[in-house]
Amino acid sequence: MVYFILKRMVQSVFVMLAVAFLAFSLFRFVGDPITQMTGVETSVKDQERLREELGLNDPFIYQFTRFTGDLLKGDFGFSYRTRQPVAKMIASRIPATLELGVVALIISLLVGIPAGVYTALKPRGVLTQTILMTTLVGVSIPTFVIGIMLIFIFGVQLGWLPTFGRGGTVQIGGWESSLFSVDGWRALLLPAITLGVYQLTLTMRLVRAEMTEVMRSDYIRFAMARGVPTASLHYRHALANTMVPVITIIGLQFGGVIAFSIVTESVFQWPGMGLLFLESIRFVDIPVMGVYLVVIAFFFVLVNLVVDLLYVAIDPRLRIKDVS
Amino acid sequence: MLTIKDLSVKFPTRFGDFTAIEDVDMTIKPGEIHGLVGESGAGKSTVGAAVIGLLQSPGYVANGTLTLGDTDLRNLSPAEAHKVRGGRISMIFQDPQTSLNPLMTIERQLIETIQTHSTVSESEARNRAVDLLEEIGIKNATERIKAYPHQFSGGMRQRVVIALAISTDPELVIADEPTTALDVAVQSQVLDLIQRLAKERQIAFMLITHDIGVIAQVADRVTVMRKGRVMETGVTAQVLGKPQHHYTQQLMDSVPPLDRKIDRFRVPEADNTIASNGAMAENWLLEGSQHARTGLSLTGLSVKFAGPRTSIFRKPPPYVALDDVTLNIKPGSIMGLVGESGSGKSTLAKAITGLVTPSSGTMELGDDVLPYGKSRSRQHPSRQLTQMVFQDPYSSLNSRHRIGDILTEPLWFYGFVKDEQEREKLAASMLSLVGMQPDAISKYPHQFSGGQRQRIAVARALLARPRFLICDEPTSALDVSIQAEILNLLKDLQAKFGLTILFISHNLAVVRQMADDTAVLRSGKIEEVGETNALYTAPQADYTKSLLDLTPVMPTTWQT
Repeated sequence: MVYFILKRMVQSVFVMLAVAFLAFSLFRFVGDPITQMTGVETSVKDQERLREELGLNDPFIYQFTRFTGDLLKGDFGFSYRTRQPVAKMIASRIPATLELGVVALIISLLVGIPAGVYTALKPRGVLTQTILMTTLVGVSIPTFVIGIMLIFIFGVQLGWLPTFGRGGTVQIGGWESSLFSVDGWRALLLPAITLGVYQLTLTMRLVRAEMTEVMRSDYIRFAMARGVPTASLHYRHALANTMVPVITIIGLQFGGVIAFSIVTESVFQWPGMGLLFLESIRFVDIPVMGVYLVVIAFFFVLVNLVVDLLYVAIDPRLRIKDVS
Repeated sequence: MLTIKDLSVKFPTRFGDFTAIEDVDMTIKPGEIHGLVGESGAGKSTVGAAVIGLLQSPGYVANGTLTLGDTDLRNLSPAEAHKVRGGRISMIFQDPQTSLNPLMTIERQLIETIQTHSTVSESEARNRAVDLLEEIGIKNATERIKAYPHQFSGGMRQRVVIALAISTDPELVIADEPTTALDVAVQSQVLDLIQRLAKERQIAFMLITHDIGVIAQVADRVTVMRKGRVMETGVTAQVLGKPQHHYTQQLMDSVPPLDRKIDRFRVPEADNTIASNGAMAENWLLEGSQHARTGLSLTGLSVKFAGPRTSIFRKPPPYVALDDVTLNIKPGSIMGLVGESGSGKSTLAKAITGLVTPSSGTMELGDDVLPYGKSRSRQHPSRQLTQMVFQDPYSSLNSRHRIGDILTEPLWFYGFVKDEQEREKLAASMLSLVGMQPDAISKYPHQFSGGQRQRIAVARALLARPRFLICDEPTSALDVSIQAEILNLLKDLQAKFGLTILFISHNLAVVRQMADDTAVLRSGKIEEVGETNALYTAPQADYTKSLLDLTPVMPTTWQT
């Protein structure tokens, strides 16, 4: 067990290093930051001086080592665009993205799992067919179209919900949260639904497929033959076994939700990390982009580790050694 | 008391109703073990499923009456039927590995079942569960009850399954192949347990199995089924000892006896006209076998697998699958290899064929020393000389390939026949030789039954012109009558072409019929090797003795 966790952690370090290397080497080809930072009136001599000061003339390996070294020390550098420390910029954006991602995940689980169970238990029902059709439509429409449609219906036509921004936020320590005011929730709803729709469909279809499989298994048939009450049969015996493989995919998808919230954030002008990344791309703000990618990779690695631990918590076969 | 009268079960399909069982009559008294035998597709399990009301959708009971005591089982509301399940009728499944919920402790599964059917407190239910486990033969039950299913061995798990099934004092237990997945030693313990429960608790058992030996050993009465109909029913000794019905006689003739060797099974022979078309393949094979017969000798062969890693610093102790195995298979003879599951039988086959790398020892095929595992090149002659016939004919043939493609592959692969049409002709002739119609060549594997597929697998092996054939449980997935045919076929081919065969099986009776010499394998070690007849009549090792004692057979006094 301890060995298993340690092994995963060592692997994670290598993953992080690889991501840092990729991120850093990619951004050497996206354009020249100096031309973005300076205007036409800056002399070539000043541009050269700036280049030298920022260390852009150093060999690649040297720059990369400095980049990772600084990251490890907790020094994330300064943005070329705003001259602010990158750490502060990202930190101020993380709450918005995390809250959006987590609420989207919760929505997708709250709807996706029951829907998956229902469609698995009543495969021929009218409601099942309706759900399957609707989600098929939902999954085939791109995220930004769904976002724009929601804005059009609930924001423009009905005027129920705001169409951009985070609404009223509450400051708790260094964390700017929209979860503690009605206004914040109103602003959060549309983007969270937009972001969660794809995950919801996936969760539902996965739960449905796994559950159908589990319901055919011997231990469920044996439980039926023992007259185990239907509710326990479905939710205690079958659902738990269904969730074992489903958790992995949900975990991977959650990493994806955080990483690809870019589209949703830009549709709703949601001031999260994704929006910051988009702005940074426009200004070739290499330090911000690099750190953004590393932070996202860190989330992925963390979520995966948590999924592995959850696995162990759920499945006794991984937790307890065979005795006989 | 269970009474079944004129029971018919139908499965609606697009092409009209398919009748799975028809006009089945049966009564099972309390305390009686009623055997239900028949080959696959006979409808045995359907009878059990209909009684407990768990027919696979969309099957339904079309006709007949099912009564348990005074209760008409067909006239129950779904809720009432669910109450009867577990409460009055219970069921035991074939595979103990898959019939327990892996995520719940057996304590929770037992308590839940007990509390469903009687209003008792949780601690009372727990006490009852512990008593039950003790009764069923699980030692230290107060501790063991907290374990998860995977913490029990196969035999113990089947005991837990039985404990669950009888935890609510049912009147009837339907046991669907309860010992098929178990080794003989465990099988005999489970059968003893079933007998004891029937006697002490007066539980009626419906024992569904294809194993005549099991029926002979424990069943009071037996019903023989075929294609959904009852062929014969009566007291076990009567039905099996003096079978009245033609089908039962045939079935009994196909059962390999443990106590003697018979030359051939009395089964309907393949059409002679088909066999005569095999002359071409026969000549081709004989032509290839001009050179000396090829034996195999293994000296000090060991195979180790990496054990599970538990620490970063210490290397895990290896799992020893084969331990210093020395075995000499004489050219042109059949060596039987018996042992329980996990004894290393299949690992031995894999080491010989180069699929597993041994850690030490030598293997000699004829005069050649065989290189280990991956260091054996693909062009090495032993790859052609050694061929395998696998256990499961359903997965050993590529379902996307024509039979013709499957059979001609070794011919072009080893460069025997250059001309494509010639290859097809030879393959068709080989099909005749193994007793199949030559037109099978243009069909696909799914169009054939298990027995036919196994014939195709044998044909494929022969088309590589092997001198040494490894048959790894070649008949254990087949019905007993089909098994008899395949065994006859293998015997004929071996005699004709002087093949050397390593015949692996867990079924001692089958090995007795086939092998000249027999080796007994246990936990990777050879317990005993010897001439088959001598080994069966006067076994030296205690392990061999116990294996022979525990194999269920028909009492000799029954035999006609």
